[in-house]
Amino acid sequence: MSRIRALFVLPLLPLLGGCNLVVLNPAGDMAIQQRDLIVVATLLMLIVVLPVMALTVFFAWRYRKGNDADYKPDWDHSLKLELIIWAAPLLIIICLGSITWVTTHMLDPYRPLDRIAEGKPVPENVKPLEVEVVALDWKWLFFYPEYGVATVNELAAPVDRPITFKITASSVMNSFFIPALAGQIYAMPGMETKLHAVINKPGVYDGFSANYSGAGFSGMRFKFHGMSNDDFEQWVAKVRDADQKLDRQAYFALERPSENVPATYYAGYQDDLYQRILNMCVDPAKMCMGEMMAIDGKGGLGLEGIHNVLPKELEYDKHQRRGAIFGPQPSYVASLCTDTDPFGTRGAGAAGKTVQEQQPARHSNVSTPAPTPISAPASSHTAPRPDNI
Amino acid sequence: MMNHQQTSFLLGRLGLDSLPLHEPILVATFAMVALGGIVVLGAITYFRLWGYLWREWFTTVDHKRIGIMYMILGIIMLLRGFADAVMMRLQQAIAFGGSDGYLPAHHYDQVFTAHGVIMIFFVAMPVVTGLMNYVVPLQIGARDVSFPFLNNFSFWMTTAGAVLVMMSLFIGEFARTGWLAYPPLSNIAYSPDVGVDYYIWSLQIAGVGTLLSGVNLICTIIKMRAPGMKMMQMPVFTWTALCTNVLIVAAFPVLTAVMVLLSLDRYVGMNFFTNDFGGNPMMYVNLIWIWGHPEVYILILPMFGVFSEVTSTFCGKRLFGYTSMVYATIVITILSYLVWLHHFFTMGSGASVNSFFGITTMIISIPTGAKMFNWLFTMYKGRIRFDLPMMWTVAFMLTFVIGGMSGVMLAVPPADFSLHNSLFLIAHFHNVIIGGVLFGLFAAINFWYPKAFGYKLDPFWGKISFWSWVIGFYVAFMPLYVLGLMGVTRRMRVFDDPSLQIWFVIAAIGAGLIAVGIGAFLVQLVVSYMKREQLRDTTGDPWDARTLEWATSSPPPDYNFAFTPVVHDLDAWWDMKQHGYKRPLTGYKPIHMPKNTGAGIILAGLSLITGFALIWYIWWLAALGFIGLLTVAIGHTFNYKRDFHIPAEEVEKTENERTRILAAQG
Repeated sequence: MSRIRALFVLPLLPLLGGCNLVVLNPAGDMAIQQRDLIVVATLLMLIVVLPVMALTVFFAWRYRKGNDADYKPDWDHSLKLELIIWAAPLLIIICLGSITWVTTHMLDPYRPLDRIAEGKPVPENVKPLEVEVVALDWKWLFFYPEYGVATVNELAAPVDRPITFKITASSVMNSFFIPALAGQIYAMPGMETKLHAVINKPGVYDGFSANYSGAGFSGMRFKFHGMSNDDFEQWVAKVRDADQKLDRQAYFALERPSENVPATYYAGYQDDLYQRILNMCVDPAKMCMGEMMAIDGKGGLGLEGIHNVLPKELEYDKHQRRGAIFGPQPSYVASLCTDTDPFGTRGAGAAGKTVQEQQPARHSNVSTPAPTPISAPASSHTAPRPDNI
Repeated sequence: MMNHQQTSFLLGRLGLDSLPLHEPILVATFAMVALGGIVVLGAITYFRLWGYLWREWFTTVDHKRIGIMYMILGIIMLLRGFADAVMMRLQQAIAFGGSDGYLPAHHYDQVFTAHGVIMIFFVAMPVVTGLMNYVVPLQIGARDVSFPFLNNFSFWMTTAGAVLVMMSLFIGEFARTGWLAYPPLSNIAYSPDVGVDYYIWSLQIAGVGTLLSGVNLICTIIKMRAPGMKMMQMPVFTWTALCTNVLIVAAFPVLTAVMVLLSLDRYVGMNFFTNDFGGNPMMYVNLIWIWGHPEVYILILPMFGVFSEVTSTFCGKRLFGYTSMVYATIVITILSYLVWLHHFFTMGSGASVNSFFGITTMIISIPTGAKMFNWLFTMYKGRIRFDLPMMWTVAFMLTFVIGGMSGVMLAVPPADFSLHNSLFLIAHFHNVIIGGVLFGLFAAINFWYPKAFGYKLDPFWGKISFWSWVIGFYVAFMPLYVLGLMGVTRRMRVFDDPSLQIWFVIAAIGAGLIAVGIGAFLVQLVVSYMKREQLRDTTGDPWDARTLEWATSSPPPDYNFAFTPVVHDLDAWWDMKQHGYKRPLTGYKPIHMPKNTGAGIILAGLSLITGFALIWYIWWLAALGFIGLLTVAIGHTFNYKRDFHIPAEEVEKTENERTRILAAQG
């Protein structure tokens, strides 16, 4: 019945059209420039496409069999025409290619903004708002390091202030996309991508994952609020008033798959949590990717390194974690001892003990509630930008 | 060492709970398929057709019959792939305003994955391979392909892959990963079930067939052309087939390798594409697209060839710019390897890398544009007969330029950041695949059907099918362009925003029109069969065409040509007709032909069993299947009875019959 009713609405379609084509009518400077590019590219191509379509119809009609137009069955070559049909698309592609080269560099999501709108450079005293984004199964986690707060499935930013997103994921690939704000960029585990953008109009916009990531993918949506500075300060204050903090245990609970998660506020979060998610070592028993790479960069540990690999019974993975049928048990690389943590994981296993002996200790260790924050060497916690492949 | 999995020695992880008895849609489908299957099998038994089918079709090494079987496979799988499409359109049209639709995520995610996999691997690939198989040897004046047994084996391997995909519908499940199965989602940690294994093994088994058929056709085109036919005198379809098969041979091993790596991750716990232990999922994405981008040209290039043949035939005119057409094809072949990264501009590559791949992508539009102009100027000063193949061609030209335009838009990296993975992208590639490959397929079927079966297809139902498809395509996919610009992403199961619904409803109506198009096509086949005496082609050249396949009878005899033709010019048959060619009526010699063999279907059956066993961890069966494969393959090398001669008297009888028919129609 509803579909029959929908049929009656058909004539109203043109009215519906213009109002919410968000890609063509965005509210952030990056997205506006991307929109302009879409329009320019379309117009450039129409220079060739329209004549081709018109000529196709015209020739099909003019030279149809019954029409007795000119008939030259052996005419199959013309140097002039050949030059035109290769040169015309070539010229357009030269134009479009140049535009592409310039705009791809100008609108590189990694490039810090130099303007907040056309003709308005970034004011000198304004520092970009930094937001660290984590794609979880299946919700978005946002950290505001400047304010020490975190949210789930709700994002806010003041208008006309540049935003710097650092983006990663906890398990599988997603794509972080707020069409009204700027183009998308993938969120990938163990890697960090970046996006610079600015919102120019206050309002509430849709954000979501644009890369299929499993069963709860459709509900992986959030609202992005563009606010005036005052409203934003109030919003931060509201988040600060929340009665929960995102410590490690809370994160482990949050990381588990859940669908259609409502917006949630965290008044604070454990130091370094984003860096640890990025380096896949939220669990302190695991060695951080950055450290691992630093060790490997210096030549690695060789065969000795395998003694530091432990069976993984610690970590959640999306489903009931299974290893490969003929593979080793799922395992992880154990963290090394540091100055503040002389025994690796807060004294879980003494040096010299075998791997088997250490394992239960580590296991029980993690289930201990309220762990102390650890300060890992910050310099080694840098995951690579994934472009050098 | 076995990890904690519920497996038994006898059945691996296969158990009663692997059967989707709790999903009413699947149970009903199964009941229908089973019923239909019983009817078909019963009919074959009742009419005692098993022997005939086995001798004349299953074991055949005749490229024409294998070509026809590829087409049948493609069309059957089209019905399955289209059923998936309808389910998706229906789900997306009703899952609004808090409604969850009728498909749970577990089912819906399999449906869109299966739709993509089936349409590319088991519809588009078989029909393209089938066309090349049927037409290429005839066009170059050959009696068969270079390796006739290999051809039979290739077909059955492709079929085995298709059967495996179909089995996943009723035993276990298919992948829930999207059609390219990106890790880490497709890795064992996040997809521990059999779905991805079905995906891997069906592609691996079918991939063997595709690769071998590529080798076979390249060799055929290079080595078996009729005397006098220089490379630059080959029909354009043969040229595009050559380039396509070069692409197949160069690209499919990459797919095989990346599937092997993924299997190693999944079966023995290696870490090529895992998140940790140095694995990198982006390697998979790169590798699969190094196969994946050439793949789309593998599909479209032969169709460009079809349109070239159809245009020059129905315009009664030499093809405009043959040389530039050939070079355009070659340029596209080479460039198709230099663009793969445009499928993931948004994964954070640097601006210079992105612009490089963006610009190479745009460059492909130059030779493609040149082709478009060549068809256009072939129509110029022609005398165009609007039979069905030409109607499909004009529809293609008008539709494909739109798809090409949206493709170039997606090739501009900053624009792609806004459009990537959106329904705009979906609309784009359906625009080129339906507008190019499907329209080309129907042009080709209507064009070559009289050659294959000896009677033309009924134009009335053909036109109904044509208009339903063309209008249905626009109604179904133009809304997706709009939705893409509204920021709607692909693979969504439920929606919040009620203003989107109307567009999805329109798209669903479009899918309904396409269903009419498919139905009308099937009716067209049946009606044409019933009216075959009226539609009979006795000349062998019903369209007054130009290339060698029209020089022989319709359908061609087993040996294609009683005398191998000698070629002097492009459009050899047209040239022969212009110069008053007379069929030689005497002097027949015995013709050397390859002999049928059952080895192909047996090997494919064993591969199917091995694949199934590997999917379900039934190791004893996998081992048995593999040993069986080796045994049969080695045993087949001892089969020395591979050829025979058609006696001269029989050739004479066949040819005299044709002389009589030709004389009777004056």
